[in-house]
Amino acid sequence: MARLTINGEIRDIEVAPETPLLWALREQAGLTGTKFGCGIAQCGACTVLIDGVATRSCALPASAVGPDQQIVTIEGLSSDATHPVQQAWLALDVPQCGYCQAGMIMAAAALLNSTPTPTDDDISAEITNICRCGTYNRVRAAIKLAAETMSASRKG
Amino acid sequence: MIPKLMQSMALPARVEASRRQFLLGALAAGTGIAVGYRLLSASPALAGEAQAGNDSHAFSPYLTIGGDGKVTILSSQFEMGQGSYNGIATLVAEELDADWSTIDVKGAAGNIPAYGNIAFGGTMQGTGGSTSMSTSWERYRKAGAAARAMLIAAAAAEWKVDAAEITVENGVLSHPSGKSGGFGAYAAKATTMPVPADVKLKEPSAWKFIGNAELKRFDSARKANGTEQYTIDVKLPGMLTAVMIHPPLFGAKAKSFDASAARAIKGVVDVVETPRGIAVVGEHMWAAIKGREAVTVEWDESGAEKRGTAELMSTYRDLAGKTPAAFARKDGDAEAAFAAAAKVIEATFEFPYLAHAALEPLNAVARRNEDGTIEIWGGHQLPDVYQKLASEIAGVPVENVRLNVMKTGGSFGRRAVFDGDVVVEAVHVAKALGFRAPVKVQWTREEDTRAGRYRPAYVHRLKAGIDADGKLVAWSDHIVGQSIVAKTAWDGMVQNGVDPTSVEGANNLPYAIQNQTVGLTTTDVRVPVLWWRSVGSTHTAFAAEAFLDEVAQAAGRDPLEFRLSMLEPQSRHATVLKLAAEKAEWQKPLPEGRFRGVAVAESFGSVVAQIAEVSTDGNGIKVERVVAAVDCGLAINPDQVRAQVEGGIGFGLSAILGEEITLTDGKVDQGNFDMYTPLRIDAMPKVEVHIVASSNPPSGIGEPGVPPIGPAVANAAFKALGKRIRVMPFAKSLNA
Repeated sequence: MARLTINGEIRDIEVAPETPLLWALREQAGLTGTKFGCGIAQCGACTVLIDGVATRSCALPASAVGPDQQIVTIEGLSSDATHPVQQAWLALDVPQCGYCQAGMIMAAAALLNSTPTPTDDDISAEITNICRCGTYNRVRAAIKLAAETMSASRKG
Repeated sequence: MIPKLMQSMALPARVEASRRQFLLGALAAGTGIAVGYRLLSASPALAGEAQAGNDSHAFSPYLTIGGDGKVTILSSQFEMGQGSYNGIATLVAEELDADWSTIDVKGAAGNIPAYGNIAFGGTMQGTGGSTSMSTSWERYRKAGAAARAMLIAAAAAEWKVDAAEITVENGVLSHPSGKSGGFGAYAAKATTMPVPADVKLKEPSAWKFIGNAELKRFDSARKANGTEQYTIDVKLPGMLTAVMIHPPLFGAKAKSFDASAARAIKGVVDVVETPRGIAVVGEHMWAAIKGREAVTVEWDESGAEKRGTAELMSTYRDLAGKTPAAFARKDGDAEAAFAAAAKVIEATFEFPYLAHAALEPLNAVARRNEDGTIEIWGGHQLPDVYQKLASEIAGVPVENVRLNVMKTGGSFGRRAVFDGDVVVEAVHVAKALGFRAPVKVQWTREEDTRAGRYRPAYVHRLKAGIDADGKLVAWSDHIVGQSIVAKTAWDGMVQNGVDPTSVEGANNLPYAIQNQTVGLTTTDVRVPVLWWRSVGSTHTAFAAEAFLDEVAQAAGRDPLEFRLSMLEPQSRHATVLKLAAEKAEWQKPLPEGRFRGVAVAESFGSVVAQIAEVSTDGNGIKVERVVAAVDCGLAINPDQVRAQVEGGIGFGLSAILGEEITLTDGKVDQGNFDMYTPLRIDAMPKVEVHIVASSNPPSGIGEPGVPPIGPAVANAAFKALGKRIRVMPFAKSLNA
């Protein structure tokens, strides 16, 4: 049993304690937007936010996350896909197969939380998710676009 | 079984008379393939595909319109990220004059006359060879136009007006009298209207969607909010999850296994044997993974491949120096021309096995329904093959196997397999469990990397002769490696000892070289191989275009000018080369520390030139910028053409910079992304894509962006480092 706060809701999840958070989210909590790609925290398809920090959930035991820690998955990033990062993704038609994109978007959202105006070097250093379709240039452009809209809304 | 399978598949598919009744409508001119079949009664499967309940109206096997006006296109082509669904939606929406926001696309299968790939002769459905747009170009525009005509006829009957006076725009039918209504209001009646015998397609000047660079993919939102459904997301009542234990060596078989410890683990339901390995079945994925760690298997390795990469490549190098076993091209008299040449140069290129490494590891879900039908969810890139194989395993008629074609987290060719691998496994596991529950077989990343199906390893031995004027007068390319299609259902593709997928891109060089030979020696290795995005051209284009650069250097000529001198000025190859050169400012010197390389390649009917710009720190290179020029015929979705070339460049670059599957004593060394290392954002160059305006029918775009990047970068790397890159991945050449 693990008590987790997922997308603002406290949930008691029936899993063995060492179960990776990824599988608890996907199979027990029914939140399948977070994807499995490697199981060793290499590809980032499983990225969620934990207290605002991009975290690879596939190699993190569910029991290592406390009930007071805020887990946000792609389903909880915005209620209606209107987060500025998601909007930028649509404006630039970033996804191809789409499988890595939830993780990519969560990593981007975390980057913009900590670094509101990321440079190319910041993006290269912080966005280490694998996209096998090669959407990287649109990912980069969309992060910059989201940074602009978020900055404008802060000023506005 | 397999050749027999293909023989039977080459026959027209049985019409599922009990479930679907078709009436032949129109014939696509020139193709001999029937389109516009009239669907009189939609099957439950079709209704399920349309997901519109009882209010879904089938106009044809290609589209339904709901009472809410929602247009659901049933796609013969599978979506793995390449945008085939979006391209097909564009064709239908154009001729239907639909409201783009009401469009959805679902995968369809089980109707070869309707969905057979015209590029494959129409006798089987399949996605591959970058043919999705060419096979759909007439078929889906006609389907849209036919549905539009039927909607107009329905509205005309209801309004009692002349059909010719009705106009359609953005999903709304209108008449000058002021009468108007959406598609949904007339959909039911429209399906009772006669199917037009033929339809007139729009003139290009009237197109709103085709060629519109501003049109956004219909499926981006669901991919950005996590709601897109892939096979891994399928959840059925009572479904179990299985992971596989495949043989550690290719060709090994399980002799015995001990699952007692695994069965004691909470959540492990069963451990069963299949012809492809041991399956550990759990209530959920984690239980299955934990259970797998507790299973011990004894393998019979007597028939297994035990050679390692070093031994194989050494054998290949030796073979490359000998006379080819077969020839794919012989022009002029190469031997005499070499003998007469002022200068002869030779080089050997080596290419490793490559994994597809799609981000969604292979998976499939199988269930026996209460009515005895077998239902399979998966990335069905070759649905007819999987349907047939599943029917044989489950012992049910082919028409009782129902396929749900899921969207897939990449494929790059990996889900188009002759033996149905993971799909077959799902049926085997479900059967071994007595079909007592639906089963999802989910490979781990390690299984996905180690259980086979790679781009074959190849060695190319090239030789060129130059005359006293610096003109290329003789050329030979000897290719050594495994055949993808030999000993499979596609064996018939091998003609005179030549598997065309081994030599494509080598035996169709566009250059005027009077004397040339392309030889092939096919090796017999038990490592399972497969088409990998751009197939033969992954290695043939590299070898040819990188070697051509060496020849230009030996001749003392500019590599661009050298290529153009051997091409017709108006040819597609010359056009894309000149366009790329213009946009990359080939004639203009680069800043200190920057170097350029050029390459051009034709694949799947399209021609792509790329100019790569690299920087160096003296040891390695960084690819900074790539300028691509593309002739893919008419660009249905220009922004998606750009996306595919951008992605193709990333995919091709990834391989040459850092991908390699190696074997030690027959065992694959790599398992996960710590060892098999795809490109990440930090190594992705800036990419500019320029599309040649063309009114020719669309040709391929999913793959053609891949072949030129390797040689373009290798040629730039030579300028930067003074070293020729002849062994992949690059690090092997740079450290040599």
